Amino acid sequence: MNLASLSASYLRARPLNTALSLLLLALGVGTIVLLLLVVGQIEERMYRDARGIDLVVGAKGSPMQLILSGIYHADAPTGNIPLAEAQSLAKHRLIRRAIPLALGDGWKGYRVVGAGHEYPAHYGAKPAAGRLWEKPMEAVLGAEVAARTGAGVGARFAGSHGVTGQGEEHGAVPYEVVGVLGRTGSVLDRLVLTSIESVWQVHEQEHGPEDEEDKKAMREDREVTVLLLQYASPLAAAMLPRQINSKTELQAASPAYETARLFRIVGVGVEALRAFALILILAAGLSVFIALYNALQERRYDLAVMRTLGASPARLFGMLLAEGLLLALAGTALGLVLGHAFVSGLGAWLEAQQQYPVTGLEFRIEELWLALSAVGVGVVAAVVPAWRAYRTDVSRTLAEA
Amino acid sequence: MSGLKLAAVRHRYGTQTVLSVERFEVAVGEHWLVLGASGSGKTTLLHVIAGLLRPSEGEVEVAGQALAALSGAALDRWRGRTVGIALQAQHLIAHLSVRDNLRIAQYLAHASQDDARIAETLDALGVGDKAARKPFELSHGERQRVTIARAVVNRPRLLLADEPTANLDDDATARAVDLLTEQAKVHGATLVVATHDARVKAKFAHTLRLGPP
Repeated sequence: MNLASLSASYLRARPLNTALSLLLLALGVGTIVLLLLVVGQIEERMYRDARGIDLVVGAKGSPMQLILSGIYHADAPTGNIPLAEAQSLAKHRLIRRAIPLALGDGWKGYRVVGAGHEYPAHYGAKPAAGRLWEKPMEAVLGAEVAARTGAGVGARFAGSHGVTGQGEEHGAVPYEVVGVLGRTGSVLDRLVLTSIESVWQVHEQEHGPEDEEDKKAMREDREVTVLLLQYASPLAAAMLPRQINSKTELQAASPAYETARLFRIVGVGVEALRAFALILILAAGLSVFIALYNALQERRYDLAVMRTLGASPARLFGMLLAEGLLLALAGTALGLVLGHAFVSGLGAWLEAQQQYPVTGLEFRIEELWLALSAVGVGVVAAVVPAWRAYRTDVSRTLAEA
Repeated sequence: MSGLKLAAVRHRYGTQTVLSVERFEVAVGEHWLVLGASGSGKTTLLHVIAGLLRPSEGEVEVAGQALAALSGAALDRWRGRTVGIALQAQHLIAHLSVRDNLRIAQYLAHASQDDARIAETLDALGVGDKAARKPFELSHGERQRVTIARAVVNRPRLLLADEPTANLDDDATARAVDLLTEQAKVHGATLVVATHDARVKAKFAHTLRLGPP
C-alpha cells in the first residue's frame, strides 16, 4: 500500500468516470500527436525535396501544379516546354545551375523521369547497386521503387503513359534496369530515373513519323517538361520570375512561395484540428476536475477516517493530486500510443498508395512538451479537489456520520 | 507516567461550550468508560484526546506527551503510531478489501507493511477468513470486528472507542465490549470507551460521567 496504489484503487472504484477522463485526454493527445507527426514529416520532406531549387520553369498553368509535378512528382505536369528555349534560359547569367527533366511515363505507379546525372547528384544519391544510366533506355530505380516492386539490376520493364499504370504501355521500347539508388529520404526514392533521350525515344519510336524528314523535324522540336533552377545571385529572385512570366511563353514558380501557400491553405484545416484537440484536452481536465470534486462528497468520511489513522492534511492533498496525476499520465501515455499507432497505420496506407510516406516510429521533442502540458492539465484539475481534501474538518465530519 | 491526563479542558464552538472536563487522569493500561447523554461532549472528548481537535483551553497529555507541544504533522504522526480509534459508524473504506483496510492503517501510521501482523490481528478477532472480502460482504458484527482490528493493528498505546454498542442487542453489546477490553489487555493499551449505553457500565472499573457542559 502506498499513495499511488491508494489513488489507483480510488480510480478503479469509479471505472466510468475514469474511462471518460482517460478517453478525452487520450483523444486530445492522440490527435495532436497525429498532427505533429504527419504535418512535421511532410513539411520536412517537402522542404528537403525543394532544397537548392530556387525556381521551377515549365509550361504555363497553375504555379502550384508546376511545383507539385516538377519537384514532388505528386501531380500531372502543366505541359512541356521547347528544349531550345530551356537550353537558352539555362545559359542566363543569373542562373548557376539548371536541371532539365522530361516527365510523362510511369511504371507500376512510379514516375519515370528523364534527367541528367546532375539530378541524382543534387540530392546526393549514389547507386547502391549497379551504376547510373549511360545510354538511352537504361533506367535506375529509386530505393523505394526497387523495394516495393522487387525489381533489381538486369530487370526489364515497359513504361506506360502517365503514372496511374492504366495508360498505354510502351511495350516496343522496354527499359533495362542498370542500377538501384541508395535511400536518400527524398523524392528520388519513389522515382525511376533515366536519360532525357530515353523519354524522347519512347515517344518518337511509338508515335513518331516514318519519314526521315519528319523525324528530323521532330528532333528539332524536342521538349522537356520542367527546368529546375538555382540562382547565381540574390538579384535573380527579384528579376527572373517576372522576366520569364511576362516575356516568354514559359511559367516560373517559386517552390518557397508555393509550398508556403500550400501550407497556408492546408494550415487552416490543421489549425482547426489542433484547436479541436486542445479543446479535448481541456475537456479532459474538466472531466478530471468534476470526477474528483464530485467524488469528494462521497469520500468525506473516508478522508476523515484516514486522518484518524494518522494521515496528515498534506497526505490527503497528495493523494487527490496523485489521482489527477495518474489519470493524466495514463491518458497521455494512451494518447501517445494511439497517435503513433494511427500514424503507423496511415503510413502503411500511404505507402500502399505510393504517396508521401509517414512513419509512426518517429518521436518529436514537441511530444515531450505536449505530454508535460497534458499532465499539467490533469494536475491543475486536481488542485481544487485536493485543497478541499486538505481542508477536511475531521472532527465535524466524524461527528456528522 | 499516566496513560492519559486532561486538566481544565474546555472546547467551544463560537460561544457555545461543548466540552468541559476539569480533571481526567487515567493510569497506563486502565479501562475507562465515559458515560453521558447525547450532546454531553463524549465524541468531542475522544477527538480532543486523539489530537483530532485542539481544545479551546486546557492541557492534554497522552503517555507523557503533551499534545499542545506537537505541530500539525507531528501530531498526525503521533496519532498514527499511538492511538487506535474504533469509530461509531464502523466506517471501512468500501472499495478496499478487509486486508487493505488494515494495510492502509499501517501505511498511514508510517508503520512497516506487515501482512503477518494483519493476519494475526484478524485471526485474533475471528475474521481471519474474511481478509479478501469487501466491507459490504460482511455482517454488522464482522464489520465491527474489522473496525476494532484496524484500530489495534498498529499496537496502539491508547485505544478509543466511540459508541461501540450503538444499535446492538444485549448479547452483541456484551461481545463488542469484551472484544475491546480483551484487545486492550493483549496490547497493554489504555482503553477509553465513550457511550450513552449504561448496559456496559458493569464491565468497567472506572467511569467518567459527562453532564451538560
